[in-house]
Amino acid sequence: MELWFSENHTENVKISIRVDKQLYSAQSEYQRIDVFESPEFGRFVTLDGDIIFSQADDFIYNEMVTHVPMSVHPCVKKVLIIGGGDGGVAREYSRYPEIEQIDVVESDDMFVEVCKEFFPETAKGFEDPRVNFFAADGLAFLRSKKDYYDIIVNDSTDPFGHTEGLFTKEFYGSCFKALKDDGIMVYQHGSPFYDEDEEACRSMHRKAYKSFPISRVYQAHIPTCPSGYWLFGFASKKYHPLNDFDPQRFKDRKLETWYYTTNLHRGAFMLPKYVEDLLEEEEDR
Amino acid sequence: MDLERQKHAPIYEALERFRKQRVVPFDVPGHKRGRGNPELVELLGEKCVSLDVNSMKPLDNLCHPISVIKDAEDLAADAFGAEHAFLMIGGTTSAVQSMILSVCKKNDKIILPRNVHKSVINALILCGATPVYVEPKTNEQIGIALGMETDKLKKVIAEHPDAVAVFINNPTYYGICSDLKSVVEISHAAGMQVLVDEAHGTHLYFGDELPLSAMQAGADYAAISMHKSGGSLTQSSILLTNNGVNADYVRQIINLTQTTSASYLLLSSLDISRRNLALRGKESFAKVIEMAEYARQEINAIGGYYAYGTELVDGAGVFAFDVTKLSVYTQGIGLTGIEVYDLLRDEYDIQIEFGDIGNILAYISIGDRKRDIERLVGALADIKRLYERDGSDLIDSEYIPPIVVKTPQDAFYSEKKTVPLTESKGMVCAEFVMCYPPGIPILAPGELVTQELIDYILYAGEKGCSLQGTEDPEVKNLRVIDVK
Repeated sequence: MELWFSENHTENVKISIRVDKQLYSAQSEYQRIDVFESPEFGRFVTLDGDIIFSQADDFIYNEMVTHVPMSVHPCVKKVLIIGGGDGGVAREYSRYPEIEQIDVVESDDMFVEVCKEFFPETAKGFEDPRVNFFAADGLAFLRSKKDYYDIIVNDSTDPFGHTEGLFTKEFYGSCFKALKDDGIMVYQHGSPFYDEDEEACRSMHRKAYKSFPISRVYQAHIPTCPSGYWLFGFASKKYHPLNDFDPQRFKDRKLETWYYTTNLHRGAFMLPKYVEDLLEEEEDR
Repeated sequence: MDLERQKHAPIYEALERFRKQRVVPFDVPGHKRGRGNPELVELLGEKCVSLDVNSMKPLDNLCHPISVIKDAEDLAADAFGAEHAFLMIGGTTSAVQSMILSVCKKNDKIILPRNVHKSVINALILCGATPVYVEPKTNEQIGIALGMETDKLKKVIAEHPDAVAVFINNPTYYGICSDLKSVVEISHAAGMQVLVDEAHGTHLYFGDELPLSAMQAGADYAAISMHKSGGSLTQSSILLTNNGVNADYVRQIINLTQTTSASYLLLSSLDISRRNLALRGKESFAKVIEMAEYARQEINAIGGYYAYGTELVDGAGVFAFDVTKLSVYTQGIGLTGIEVYDLLRDEYDIQIEFGDIGNILAYISIGDRKRDIERLVGALADIKRLYERDGSDLIDSEYIPPIVVKTPQDAFYSEKKTVPLTESKGMVCAEFVMCYPPGIPILAPGELVTQELIDYILYAGEKGCSLQGTEDPEVKNLRVIDVK
């Protein structure tokens, strides 16, 4: 029997993954949630038909939004993760003993329940006593927070679905306000390769660049993303991702990683020419 | 309301039957179900262009309804609790003008507040009636004109017992409602008909906790903007009549200016929107109220802004407040409404209904979602954080009482000359000057130009209001009556 999951990356390109079976399907208040079992990527979850993460490659996301800012900011106590419904990013941050508080905000609590059931390893992030879960809209949650967090991670990936509000100027502004004077925000920056993704990517950089004194972009290779290539944003009030990078501190921690290294940290900020160009164009606007 | 009957949508059903018949068109429109204009089909979709058909026997004719349009109008009348409903396709402007033209002839007096939509005064230019204004009270804090006070109405009626009608806009754009029931009683007792511009009040007919609608209050005519809170397509509207108004005469009046090629897109949108409101309106507007109340609470929690609500109710100028409206006073953060309006669009990709000198209005409707409200509130919070300033230099008054010298018609058709706006003090204006939206004239034909008005117009332009109404597109010059 041939059973394939397909996702259109553009109108003319699709990625297909052979599926052993579908484990779950339901419609939440916000989106359709499906879970599949596959030989190549293990279990993976899709929201409205788009792959959100798979067991095979979610370590890349989780490490890149954690260790990059953690190797730059010298003293992190409070972290906020927005849209971190699977718990993977919280789990990665909970490996740092000096962090006192990790708040996770996710509007779709059904998604959280599904992750807990089908991805218990990832969802372990929620078990750490420092991790607090809030079922709330990200923008609404941020409104009352001022000068509070050291790091904010926007772990939402879709600038067009129900998380659209997390890719807006008001969101970046709210994060700026909620961060301390030396706070850092990292966020999913999308994929710049296909034309239809490029505009979203440009608009994110334009807004972040205007909202924060330091705004740089870094990259990773993630097989299930459009074109397999993914960007992250690093927006910061004080620390520069390379000038204030302290590789020795990370090395001394002896944390085992599968994607992140201190060499890769530097390399991740070295972008292809076409990406540099489009980012610079937005900075000049 | 007969809920079983309301499940029908006669125009929509007739269009469906017609579509299945696959009739070969040798009539207009010439695009022939879109085949002659592929680019139009690409833009609007096949289904949409195939519904763009001409009046014909199976589909009735809006100029003289005898079958499916008549049925649809009967259902609309039933849904709104009126004796008769007219489907209108020239916007609520056409509904407002038809009701005025049905009641007023040349030299008749009509009593109305001055803060009406320009379409009302345009109707007076057309028919030659004389406006008698009831001065609205202004709320000093937020600088908006309030509703019609019954004491003032009684006084004006006593001074002008020969007036034929009382016209009232209820609710106002900002959500202010008057004591409609008393207005109707007082006017009827004086033998005057009551015309209600209910452009911002379609939903009043479908909510348990909303202010009284015009038909409930016993008014004779009401113009309902179905395309605003009712969900139909832009330009579609409904005119309601009651109390034995001669519907056949009203139809003749409508036909004076209405197209003979009525769009079935607009008509069917009215039909299915009426059905939707009748069957699900209460439930939908309960959600709208909940969203608007949530937004009000969150916006007021930001500080600086004032999203007003039922606390304004004082039994006179504000008899009731329409809680579906989200009007916000912005000068508390040192910005005019129009500045906040521009920032929302240019910096935050959020388009709201309008901004004026002191306020913004965000239109909340059956199409909104909670997460969009969060964006609006988040953006307002961010605007305060980034742009707040000292606002002591801001002008706050929105309503400047007019000094009427001539009727709108006399002034409009007088010998005119063009003078620079800044030099027009003391002259009689022969055209409109307004900010659009909201489209309430700052100056109307026949009114005296004062320095205060000139300053206000210049200020509104400087702050970024879209000034309209004058022959001069730049609004630097004004047409005034030429006294030789």
